[in-house]
Amino acid sequence: MGNMGGADLYSPMDRKFKVKEYAIFLILLGIFIVFAFFLRDRGFLSLVNLMNIFRQTAIISIMAVGFTFMLASGEFDLSIGSTVALASLVGALTLQRAGILPAVFAALGVGALIGYANGFFVVKAKMPSFLATIAMMGIIHGLARWITHLQAVPVLNKTFTYIFGGGNIGPIPTLFVWTLVVMVIGQVAMVMTLFGRKVLATGGNVVAARLAGIDTERVKWLLFIVIGMISSLAGLLYTGRLHAARYTYGEQDLFTVVAAVVIGGNSIYGGTGTIVGTVVGSLILGMVNNGLILFGFSVDQQVIFRGIMILIAVALSPKGPKE
Amino acid sequence: MKNGYILELRNIYKSFGGLRALIDVDLNLRHGEIIGLVGDNAAGKSTLMKIVSGAYRADEGKILFNEEEVQIANPKDARKIGIEMVYQDLELCQNLDVPANLFLGRELHSETFFRFLRKRNMEKESLDILHRLKIDIRNPRTKVDKLSGGQQQAVAIGRAVSFDPKIVLMDEPTANLAVVEIEKVLELTLRLTEHNISIIFISHRLDDVFRVSDRIYVLKHGYMVAVKEKLKTNKEEIVKAMFMDVEEQESLQQ
Ligand SMILES: Nc1ncnc2c1ncn2[C@@H]1O[C@H](COP(=O)(O)OP(=O)(O)O)[C@@H](O)[C@H]1O
Ligand SMILES: [Mg+2]
Repeated sequence: MGNMGGADLYSPMDRKFKVKEYAIFLILLGIFIVFAFFLRDRGFLSLVNLMNIFRQTAIISIMAVGFTFMLASGEFDLSIGSTVALASLVGALTLQRAGILPAVFAALGVGALIGYANGFFVVKAKMPSFLATIAMMGIIHGLARWITHLQAVPVLNKTFTYIFGGGNIGPIPTLFVWTLVVMVIGQVAMVMTLFGRKVLATGGNVVAARLAGIDTERVKWLLFIVIGMISSLAGLLYTGRLHAARYTYGEQDLFTVVAAVVIGGNSIYGGTGTIVGTVVGSLILGMVNNGLILFGFSVDQQVIFRGIMILIAVALSPKGPKE
Repeated sequence: MKNGYILELRNIYKSFGGLRALIDVDLNLRHGEIIGLVGDNAAGKSTLMKIVSGAYRADEGKILFNEEEVQIANPKDARKIGIEMVYQDLELCQNLDVPANLFLGRELHSETFFRFLRKRNMEKESLDILHRLKIDIRNPRTKVDKLSGGQQQAVAIGRAVSFDPKIVLMDEPTANLAVVEIEKVLELTLRLTEHNISIIFISHRLDDVFRVSDRIYVLKHGYMVAVKEKLKTNKEEIVKAMFMDVEEQESLQQ
């Protein structure tokens, strides 16, 4: 980081630690080179295909940034996928009746509310977050199915679809801009701000953090709300990109998001928060998936492959706290 | 200051349910003094220290700081008075580096809407603290879990000292350390007195206690059974006090 530079703390020996930080990029590059070579006749390197990889990973990356924060604090939110669907539907329904701005507020509001409830159950009712949020997932999923009786809600508003993932600014898809913005904000917040420090301290040693006067419960509660709103944004982006809201959005995403975060080098035991790693992890997943498709593997085989990748990533990922 | 005590504990009682952990305990700490607090497992040493640090509240008894009675209801009160505790189980964030741990909970930051950490300032001040205490950590930007046990203990002590305390309570700071590291922590402990800090040093390693302390208090089953000037006692006597019956001990004390 730029603001960490300076001769006061660096001795040349310390730089060897840095190699590890770049490992994830090397893996990405390695996979890219392998695919570029073996799939050169199947269009892997074509601009269309590369853009495609990007589009398919963008929304996952955005959700994964939120999940990285959650995990960094030592908690899980398994309800993100269902939040995507409900926010998408609420957003689209509001859009039909009231326009873009109310739609955005409604969708984000849904996520914030779900996050608030999750936070309540975890922080106040002291429920383990994976249980509280899996229950929430069920409730939200049910609501999303029920709200339009499984019907998709078409979105015809051109401005909306342009802004939320359907359009391009010059050659650059708006999806790219969203991802970049979320990633940069996430990275800066995690590494450079007081809030990020509190999140990492909470996930690193909640007792120590509390003893030091950090309101760890507030930190967690806030994170649940933030990740709810990020999931809502993901819902809006699906809606804009696919010109409709559907209850199925996000259904498969939890698995992929967790995979991206873990492959990115984050510990499932909390206390680590590499946002860039997470986004690269998401890109690796997207690229492998794309490669598998081009190699001719079926969807089922892809899912199996992704599972194996998570296992490898967890095996290699930072270990839990020493007790 | 008439009697020269910075801290006085008077008639401290503490029970956990039916378990009487501390019974009518007295303890005095002089300015600039290091006292050793010894006792068998479960004697009540940690409980007594937690009462002084505000983690527990005594059922009965008084705490005097500079001869004035003080109420220590929580760790914040203790800190305000100038009492810091270095916990037995290291209270550090293993995933953060040395400056982050030294400044945990009171990070320097900008006053803008997004509070940006002033990492450089924190690093500078951290180096100052490490330098002042002669703590040997080559790269403070290392995550704490990559440091040795002794270095971690030194960071914990450094954190306590950075609050500019008058009294530091150390609960088994040498437990789980390699022999070479123990010596470093002991030296660091002795150095703290140069900074006008009075210390209560808990250990079940009598060698360590004899190395650093001026006087030695012995707790046994919740009773303070002996106080000895280090120079006028020996390990044998302390061991006897730690394990002998209370009645026998009281007669011996006369
Ligand atoms: N929070 C607590 N709840 C119940 N019992 C406790 C608690 N803390 C300490 N004790 C009990 O008080 C006694 C003294 O413990 P402690 O002060 O930790 O001893 P020491 O530090 O001398 O080994 C022990 O019997 C211990 O089990
Ligand atoms: Mg103890």
